[in-house]
Amino acid sequence: MIALLTRDLRLAVRAGGGFGLGLAFFLIVTVLVPFGVGPETGLLARIAPGVLWIGALLACLLSLDRILALDWEDGSLDLLATAPLPMEGIVSVKALAHWLTTGLPLVLAAPLLGVLLSLPQEGYLWLLVSLALGTPALSVIGTFGAALTVGLKRGGLLLSLLVLPLYVPTLIFGAEAARRGAEGLAVQTPLLMLAGISAGAIALLPFASAAVLRINLR
Amino acid sequence: MSIWEYANPVKFIRTTDIVLPWISAAAVLCLVTGLVWGFFFTPDDYRQGSTVKIFYIHVPAAMMAINAWAMMLVASLVWIIRRHHVSALAARAAAPVGATFTVIALATGALWGQPMWGTWWAWDPRLTSFLVLFLFYLGYMALWSAIENDDTAADLTSILCLVGSVFAILSRYAVLFWNQGLHQGASLSLDAEENVSDVYWYPALVCIAGFVLLFVALVFLRTQTEIRARRSRALLARERRA
Repeated sequence: MIALLTRDLRLAVRAGGGFGLGLAFFLIVTVLVPFGVGPETGLLARIAPGVLWIGALLACLLSLDRILALDWEDGSLDLLATAPLPMEGIVSVKALAHWLTTGLPLVLAAPLLGVLLSLPQEGYLWLLVSLALGTPALSVIGTFGAALTVGLKRGGLLLSLLVLPLYVPTLIFGAEAARRGAEGLAVQTPLLMLAGISAGAIALLPFASAAVLRINLR
Repeated sequence: MSIWEYANPVKFIRTTDIVLPWISAAAVLCLVTGLVWGFFFTPDDYRQGSTVKIFYIHVPAAMMAINAWAMMLVASLVWIIRRHHVSALAARAAAPVGATFTVIALATGALWGQPMWGTWWAWDPRLTSFLVLFLFYLGYMALWSAIENDDTAADLTSILCLVGSVFAILSRYAVLFWNQGLHQGASLSLDAEENVSDVYWYPALVCIAGFVLLFVALVFLRTQTEIRARRSRALLARERRA
């Protein structure tokens, strides 16, 4: 499992530009928002937590089809399936690799982009915490979507259609926690719900992803 | 005599051929009676005027939108556990019907909301969760049509239906947490203290029965169509090979 993880990480960093792409996309979305809604500081400060959450979510979505598609094309997924590692382990490692290469950089970059949107002082900590708790769920749910559409020629659009509704609860609780943090309100309830969703998704969804992947590899 | 006999497509088609006209006729009868009764023979509400009557379409459609997804969930489980093709096809057949009911509920709600709330749309928990439900239907149908192999498609969509059900329920409560609503609470519950008055309740009951029968009839019909389409494809394939 560790060998697979290091392989995936090395591939993500060295081969084919997928690594920085999510971050660049996140930056561009954040830069575009003030152009769209105007540069008033008060307005930007109010919508900053939500915009940053949506930006992170879309950046995450953008990189989902890379989780499995490359391995599917060159046949290494078939090799992995015949390896002694259970399929559940494979998809978990894939999701972890996706989180380390996409989710974690997004979490770390979010406060910097918060400066651009004049996020209030109190908001940074809770933005960081909510993203750190929420992005694992995004990666795990995304892996499920990627496993569903892996066999399709042009699965990208379908992947977004399938995954975005599944992202709704995570987004609601995550953005709510970040917003409450920025406004200095109590953040405990949404953060707990967010952590619950992440924990539940990490615990249960790999089984669904593995089942789906087995069907697709049949 | 067990329900699994109808997993045989021939038996299913033969039986539904017999019941289908009766169910359709009953659906039409219930809908006509309920709607005519509701529209013309009930008093106007003292505050809502005649707009209250959209309730006879809105409520049954909304109920069936949720029940259709529940039916798809059961059919998907039957497919995963017992591998009966008719069940998978019934789930597939129910999806567009359920999606249509969702749209009807949203549209009639908007028509009613415009004069009553002064807006076509509000980010109310119920409205929002229905919109999310509609997105789930869209994704489910898109996945069905995207995959060429029938069995793979049935497997993948049924797992999507299971996972989607969990997330749909999660979204339902997440949305409740996210915003307080304009939408009135339940007024048709059997155990509630205060419900809608009997004058509206009986025609509504007939309408609900009509929508249920309509749903059953449509699903039977569409499942038959799916079975026949698959059979003709198999026959064509056999002919090409010969």
